[in-house]
Amino acid sequence: MRREWVHAWLLILPAFVFLLAFTHIPVVQTLLNSFWSNPKGRRAAAFVGFDNYAAMLADPIFAKAMVNSAIYAAITIPASVGLSLAMALFVHRRFRGVAVMRMAYFTPTVLPLIAVANIWLFFYAPGFGLIDQIRGLFGLPSVNLVGQPDTALYAVAAVTVWKEAGFFMIFYLAALQTIPEPLREAAAIEGCRPWTFFRRVTWPLIMPTTLFVSVNAVINAFRLVDHVFVMTRGGPDNASQLLLYYIYEVGFRFWDTAYASALTVVLVVILSIVGIGQFFAADRKVHYK
Amino acid sequence: MTRVDTILMRAAGWMLAALWILPLLYAVWAAFHAPEYEAKFDLTAPWTLANFPRAWEQAPFARYFLNTILLVTMILSVQLVLCTLAAFAFARLSFPGKNVAFALVLVQLLVVPDILLVENYKTMRMLGLVDTILAIGLPYFASGFAIFLLRQTFMTIPKELDEAARVEGCGLLGLLWRVYVPLGKPAMLAFGLVSVSHHWNNFLWPLIITNSVETRPLTVGLSIFSTTDSGIDWALINAATLMTSAPLLLGFLLFQRQFVQSFMRAGIK
Repeated sequence: MRREWVHAWLLILPAFVFLLAFTHIPVVQTLLNSFWSNPKGRRAAAFVGFDNYAAMLADPIFAKAMVNSAIYAAITIPASVGLSLAMALFVHRRFRGVAVMRMAYFTPTVLPLIAVANIWLFFYAPGFGLIDQIRGLFGLPSVNLVGQPDTALYAVAAVTVWKEAGFFMIFYLAALQTIPEPLREAAAIEGCRPWTFFRRVTWPLIMPTTLFVSVNAVINAFRLVDHVFVMTRGGPDNASQLLLYYIYEVGFRFWDTAYASALTVVLVVILSIVGIGQFFAADRKVHYK
Repeated sequence: MTRVDTILMRAAGWMLAALWILPLLYAVWAAFHAPEYEAKFDLTAPWTLANFPRAWEQAPFARYFLNTILLVTMILSVQLVLCTLAAFAFARLSFPGKNVAFALVLVQLLVVPDILLVENYKTMRMLGLVDTILAIGLPYFASGFAIFLLRQTFMTIPKELDEAARVEGCGLLGLLWRVYVPLGKPAMLAFGLVSVSHHWNNFLWPLIITNSVETRPLTVGLSIFSTTDSGIDWALINAATLMTSAPLLLGFLLFQRQFVQSFMRAGIK
């Protein structure tokens, strides 16, 4: 038995060195640093208690980033979950051209988010983009969707939905395939309308997938900001400022690492709440067969 | 479903598909046309390949490609070795602290290294690794996700095989190499596709940790190329964008089934 213990620890040791060094210790270090000030020149960092957090509460850009992140999550999560389910329902039966349809939905998922951002920046570009060209046909004036404060965040959110819906679709496809065919036949004999069948049978059965996909959408909403770098840089006037992008700005453009640590703590807490929530939701609400 | 329902579903499906592929098709169209057409869409405009060599010459894309290929190869090989060893221990051996250790692995599924930018940057500076390809990869070497996925796969392998192998005089590593690795190949392939596409596309951490042409991966190179260019030349940017995504896109078109199945396997836990 003892030998098995030693072997086991030797086997997981290499992986654990990296896990601890680049995930767990940094998390603890981030938390500790959020209670200290930045070292300045020769002056070492000083313990400041909750000062960084007090500064955060008084920081209008942080407030803006939080509100934006909430709006962004509130748009991208239901939109990408709903669209991915619709896509899966469209392509889960075989017919001529189904492969083409599925490819149209899935291709954006394969592209790097930076490339996706470029593609959409061009799509939105005032004067050049397809949106403006179509508006031009109807004699409408040019609009700069990513350049004006009241549309920038929505323009960025649309890109996220475009990128992730196809990815979520494949999970729904897998789930739809597990629904037994006899159920459908029985329903058809009973004269059950497709919508009723969907609401009463399909939807409850694919609930675990919906939970899984939603959790992923939440995590993406806080974790994926690559396109913000290319499309808006958080602007104009912080209109599309998101939490992780703000952490980058504070940490690597203003080099205020103490404050960036405090902001990172907020992000870690949010993601942990999502994780714990998923754990309990999976336990209770969701119907497994 | 009645005929009408089916027709309605098909029509809605095609409309969504057309809408979905439109931004990409428009970028492709622009990449293959001379810059003077970018402001006025014209289906009869002549096609050209000239934008691609132009983009290739204006930035060190060859170097960026090399960097990205080195990066994804390095990350995937280290991940497979480290995570196979750990997954095997979690799947088949019993040892004190196993549950705590596994919980720590699962933590990484939520708190990914991507968000711990500030601390990981400090670590790299301490190690003197800022602006190296190694530094881009280091935080991802131990993938909680790979350990989890491989552990699940290994647990489905019948224990009788273990015993048979041990009777034959196989040691622990021999058992792993002769029995578990061959049977775990599909899961490793699935993880490999996910890992390669993830790190080919990764941007934020490489952006922070690199600052020279010799280390920058494609994504960072592309973002610099498309933002610092004086006077936006859309045909050029679109050509560069397609060029940098082409390998993944081609890989996807060729191995569509494997891609979709891998992503699916990887996601369903």
